[in-house]
Amino acid sequence: MKFRGKIIDIACLNHFSRVVTTIAKLTKTCVLRLTPDNLFFVLSGKVANGGVSMWCELSQGNFFDEYQMEGVSSEDNEICLELSPENLSRALKTVQNAKSVKVKLTKKHCPCVTVSAELPTLSSVSRVVTHDVPVEVIPRRLWHELKEPSVPDFHVSIYLPPLKTMKNVVDRMKNLSNFLANLNGEMNLKIETDLVSVTTHFKDLGNPPWGGGSEGGADPEGMAEARVDIRRLQQFLMGQQVTPTKAMCNIVHQRILHLVVLHDDASLQYFIPAVA
Amino acid sequence: MQCVVTGGNVKVLAKAIHSLSRIGDELYVEPQQDGLALRSVNSSRSAYACFLFAPLFFSRYSLPNGHDFRCKMAIKSVQSVFRSLATLEKTVEKCHIELDEQKNRLTFTLHCKHGLLKTHNLSYQDSESLQAVFDKEGCGNVFRAQPRLLVDTVVHFPPSLEEVSVSVSDNRMWFRNHVDEEERSKAMVTELCLASDEFDHFAVHAHNSVTFCLKELRGLLVFAESTGLPISMYFDEPGSPVVLSVTDSVLEGNFVLATLSHDDHSFQKNNTKGAPTAPPPPLDDFMNDDMDPYLIAMDTSMAPGTPEASSALTVCSPPQTPAANHSTRLHCEEEEEEEEETVDSDRPPNKKFRSLFFGSVFPSQMSTQPLPDQDVLASDSEEDDS
Repeated sequence: MKFRGKIIDIACLNHFSRVVTTIAKLTKTCVLRLTPDNLFFVLSGKVANGGVSMWCELSQGNFFDEYQMEGVSSEDNEICLELSPENLSRALKTVQNAKSVKVKLTKKHCPCVTVSAELPTLSSVSRVVTHDVPVEVIPRRLWHELKEPSVPDFHVSIYLPPLKTMKNVVDRMKNLSNFLANLNGEMNLKIETDLVSVTTHFKDLGNPPWGGGSEGGADPEGMAEARVDIRRLQQFLMGQQVTPTKAMCNIVHQRILHLVVLHDDASLQYFIPAVA
Repeated sequence: MQCVVTGGNVKVLAKAIHSLSRIGDELYVEPQQDGLALRSVNSSRSAYACFLFAPLFFSRYSLPNGHDFRCKMAIKSVQSVFRSLATLEKTVEKCHIELDEQKNRLTFTLHCKHGLLKTHNLSYQDSESLQAVFDKEGCGNVFRAQPRLLVDTVVHFPPSLEEVSVSVSDNRMWFRNHVDEEERSKAMVTELCLASDEFDHFAVHAHNSVTFCLKELRGLLVFAESTGLPISMYFDEPGSPVVLSVTDSVLEGNFVLATLSHDDHSFQKNNTKGAPTAPPPPLDDFMNDDMDPYLIAMDTSMAPGTPEASSALTVCSPPQTPAANHSTRLHCEEEEEEEEETVDSDRPPNKKFRSLFFGSVFPSQMSTQPLPDQDVLASDSEEDDS
C-alpha cells in the first residue's frame, strides 16, 4: 500500500484544509478512503454515533498537483484508513503558508499519514515541519461498510435556506426539532416542548429538479417531516465554513434527513436518522 | 528602597512580571547592588525565572539602608497593578516602587496623565533568597535567535502541549513533541527542523537532545517578542537544565527549565525516506530512576543555626550520570520557613509529566554538615556571570 500526494497551490491547500476542518467538526473519527481518482471521508452510521452517517467526496485532481497511490491489491486498488480528522486538520492549519505540502502514508511507530511541509524562510534551507497522524488500516473485509450510501427514496427534496440563517435559528432551538418541508419550496423548523412550540417558516426555497417524490403523484402541498436530534443538525451547520454552491436536503418521511452540500471541488452528504 | 521607572520601561517591567506569572504563583523581590531582581519558581521546582533590572533601567534606584532585603508576594497582586498593558502605555508616566518595612508592604504608585495617581499597597512576606545558581557560559550548546523564529516554531505545537524535545546536530535543530510511551499509538507527532543559518549564533558542542516543558517557555517568548530582544539558548546533556535568556544593556532575563534525564528521544534525520525507524528505547519507569539527584538541593547553610538544616537536604546518593564533573549543575538555594521545608523533603516528585527537577549534584553523600559543601557550591556571584 502506498500513497503520496503533493499540494503546491495555496488556494488548493486552503480548500483542502477547510474541507478537513469541516469534517473534524462533524465527527471525532472517520475513514479516509483513497482511490486513484478520489478521496472520501466516510462515517458509517452506527449506533455509537447516533446513527448519523456522512459521505464526503473529493476529486483528487482538484487539490493535488501530484497524486500516486497503490491500493491493497490490483483488483482492490483502494486504501481505507481510520483516523481522527481533528489531527489532520490541526496539521494542515499550521502549514497554510507552505511552499509545498506532501501527504503520504508512512510507517513510523505505527501506520501514519504524514503531512510534511516546506515552510518559507529567509535562509537558504527551507524549514521542514512534519506531522505524523496515526491511522488504523481498515481491512478489506470491512470495506462493505464504507460504500456510498444510496440516495434514499425521499418524499421531498428542497433547497436549504442560507446556512448562516438556518444556523442562527437552530442555535436558538435547544430541544428536539422537527424538520418539515414540502414540495412547494417551503420549510419549517419546529421545536416542541411541554410548554411551548416554536416554528420558523422558510418560504420560496425552491425544489431541486428531481424533487418530485418517488411516485410522481405526491401532493405538492403535503409536508414531509423528520424529527431529528437538534445537536446533530447544529453540528452539521457549525461545520460549514463557506457558502456552498448548492445546499439541499431530502426527507424520507419520518425516517431520514439527508443533507447535501455541494462545493466546486467537493461534495458532502450527511444523514441524520429521525427519532420517534 | 525606592525605585522609579519611567516611560516605556514601565511596560517592560509589566511584561516581565506577566512573563514570570507563567512560571509560578509568587514573585520574589530582591533589590541588589547590581539591580532589582524579580524571580519566580514553579511548585515542582522544575522551572525558574529571574529578571534582573540594572540600576540604569530606573530613573532612580536606591537600596534599603544597610541591610539585605528580600521578600515574596503573590504574583497575582502585582499583576493587578500592571493589568492592562495597552492602558499602561498610554496613560502611565512613571511608576514608583517604595518599601515600607514597618508595615510590611511595597507601595506601587502609578503616576498617570492628568495628575492621576494610582497607589497600590501590596503586602509581602519575608523570604530567604531564591537563587538558582547555573552556569550558562559553561554549556556546550549555545544558540541565539530572533524571537520570531521561536514563536513561529512553537505555533506548530498545540497550546496544551506539555513537553517538547529539542535535538541538535552540527547544523540543524529539531523540535518535536514528546509523547509518553502509552499514548504513542494515538498521539500525533509533530517535528520541525530549523537550519543553523536561521540563527544569529549556532554553536554545537555535542549532539544532544533535551526534553522540557514548553508551556513555561511561552512566557519568555511573549516577552522577547514584544521587546524584540534575541533569545539565547544554552543546554548540555539531558538532565541538565536548559537556560533561555534575553539581555540588553539594562536588563537580563533568564528562564531555567529542567529537562528529562533519560531521553528516549530518537530524533529522525530528514533524509530517512519513510523507512521505519527503530523503536525508541523504552522509557525508564520514572519511579525506578534514581530520583535523588534530581531533587533540589536545599542548602540551608546560609541561615545560621537553623535546626532543620540537615533534614532539608534531600539529596542523598551520588548521581549515576557522570555529572559530577559537569559544571552545569543547578543548585537552588532556598531557605524556607520550617513548614515548607518538611513539605518539600517529604513530597515525592509525583507530577504527572515525570517530574523534572533541577539536577543537583553533591559529589559527596548526603552530609549533615552543609557548611563544608558550601565551599563546593558555586557562590551567588556565579549567577551574575553573563
